[in-house]
Amino acid sequence: MEIKRLVCVECPVGCEIEVAIENGAIQSIKGNSCPRGYKYAQEEVIAPKRIVTTTVRAENGKLVPVKTSGGVLKDEIFAVMEKINAVRVKTPVLVGQTLVKEIAEGVDLVATATIG
Amino acid sequence: MKNSYEIVVIGGGPAGLAAAIAAYDNGAKSVLVLEREEGLGGILNQCIHNGFGLARFKESLSGPEYAERFIAELKKREIEVLTGTTVLSVSPEKTVVALNAENGEFSVQAKAVILAMGCRERSKGALNIAGTRPAGLFSAGAAQKFVNIKGYMPGQKVVILGSGDIGLIMARRMTLEGAKVLAVFDIMPYSSGLKRNVVQCLEDFGIPLYLNHTIVKIEGEERVSAIVAAEVDENRKPIAGTEKRFECDTVLFSVGLIPENELSKSAGVPLSPLTKGAIVYQNRETLVSGVFACGNVLQVHDLVDFVSEEAEIAGKAAAEYVRFGESEKEPIDCVNGGGVSYVLPQKIDKRAQGKIKLFFRVRERAENCSIVVRCGEEEIARRKKRVVAPGEMETFILTEEQIKKAVKEITVSLEK
Ligand SMILES: Cc1cc2nc3c(=O)[nH]c(=O)nc-3n(C[C@H](O)[C@H](O)[C@H](O)COP(=O)(O)OP(=O)(O)OC[C@H]3O[C@@H](n4cnc5c(N)ncnc54)[C@H](O)[C@@H]3O)c2cc1C
Ligand code: SF4
Repeated sequence: MEIKRLVCVECPVGCEIEVAIENGAIQSIKGNSCPRGYKYAQEEVIAPKRIVTTTVRAENGKLVPVKTSGGVLKDEIFAVMEKINAVRVKTPVLVGQTLVKEIAEGVDLVATATIG
Repeated sequence: MKNSYEIVVIGGGPAGLAAAIAAYDNGAKSVLVLEREEGLGGILNQCIHNGFGLARFKESLSGPEYAERFIAELKKREIEVLTGTTVLSVSPEKTVVALNAENGEFSVQAKAVILAMGCRERSKGALNIAGTRPAGLFSAGAAQKFVNIKGYMPGQKVVILGSGDIGLIMARRMTLEGAKVLAVFDIMPYSSGLKRNVVQCLEDFGIPLYLNHTIVKIEGEERVSAIVAAEVDENRKPIAGTEKRFECDTVLFSVGLIPENELSKSAGVPLSPLTKGAIVYQNRETLVSGVFACGNVLQVHDLVDFVSEEAEIAGKAAAEYVRFGESEKEPIDCVNGGGVSYVLPQKIDKRAQGKIKLFFRVRERAENCSIVVRCGEEEIARRKKRVVAPGEMETFILTEEQIKKAVKEITVSLEK
């Protein structure tokens, strides 16, 4: 049996989680303090994902802070960054507004501030 | 704008916003917020990464999203805001002198003042590194502003001194924008940032973290061309023969934050040498009656959720001060014992009602230890902790009965 030690990144508490794996299947998950951590550990040992936060340019030159609406596969982060950097948006932009649908599989690009 | 207000809040970051809202909701009839920048939100505007607000909103927000929620709440109330307005001084009589383009220099009289000016970064000038002072040296916060607000990359081959949260966040940010971050150095044997940031900002991208290391030399004529780093001994002195050279065009310094207290001094507010912020009661009133402080100007917080919580305490107390006048107090001191570097509030009024949350930091990382609260020899509370670290602010809640038991002074210490 293989034991993988992880630090949960879902919140600032940073629980240290131990995942026991046998023949590619999860046997047990220990050390998380909440269900978010359980889900994180499940994903992390199989296909780690991260929310990407960055900025895009508005046509008037201003920067609009953005995030992906869900996690992007870790290996695809740079490919997604390239797509995001090519995006140009029109102002005004409202917080929560979807700027690009499906910027990666199953996730949209969303504005995180209102920019006039 | 009027000549006088019940409450004037200085700073429109998360602390100022939450304090103004709480003051209004607790009955203050006229509240004015003064902010130096063109927009509200403070430092959160440049913190575009997520992870804010989990405690408060049970979801992971980016800095601007977190700020936006409070700005929206503020706008629902009759709270006056002046942006682009820098406060120059506050007198102990609570006359606030400020400057803006529209009015020039002007003054307003307040019944209560809430200080919420945030903190500033320790400057790299304070560090004694040999070599030249070429272009390409930035504080991590300044670099964050360049990249996230102005859209300008400070450089392409980067090293970072200091593994506090801002340094870690910037390592990832620069990497995502195409720069190569060669190394992060910390002079201590541990990172002062949150563990999650070490994982998601460095390990995710294979950026090496050199603990027990510092930069000993900066090279380059007009622009940085390289730095020399070395390992340090237990006295934090570089060890000869351990030098490593890194070719780079940019050095970011993330070597700590200090509360911004020039105005507090003008108001005659006594500061604590431990926090570098005001000495306060549990309701965040300073030792100058009617002057309150909250957020990073009071103690450097890691989590904005705590900033908002603290600001609400201050806002409510300021509204009560205006309504009921100065309250007579029966103060007990709250001091740091072994293993603890500071405790806030520094004073508790024994007549205070309800629970009181103490904030403190430990001096060193420790495992399987206990936080112990004593009054003289008598233990009044104790809690076990699996791990504690200086980079993570700790809290301890005391009940009203526990506080009633205290006589003159209570001590918070860390025991193995
Ligand atoms: C560079 C940097 C990056 C940070 N990154 C993170 C992070 O990633 N995550 C996190 O949780 N925390 C982070 N922090 C901590 C963060 O500052 C706090 O969580 C929170 O923003 C503090 O709120 P505040 O309102 O006390 O201070 P601030 O947000 O700093 O707000 C203070 C406000 O007061 C205004 N002001 C100051 N002086 C005057 C004056 N004389 N007149 C008028 N207005 C004035 C300022 O312009 C500012 O808007 C960071 C801090 C810094 C300095
Ligand atoms: S397990 Fe839950 S409490 Fe622990 S770090 Fe993850 S999200 Fe936070």
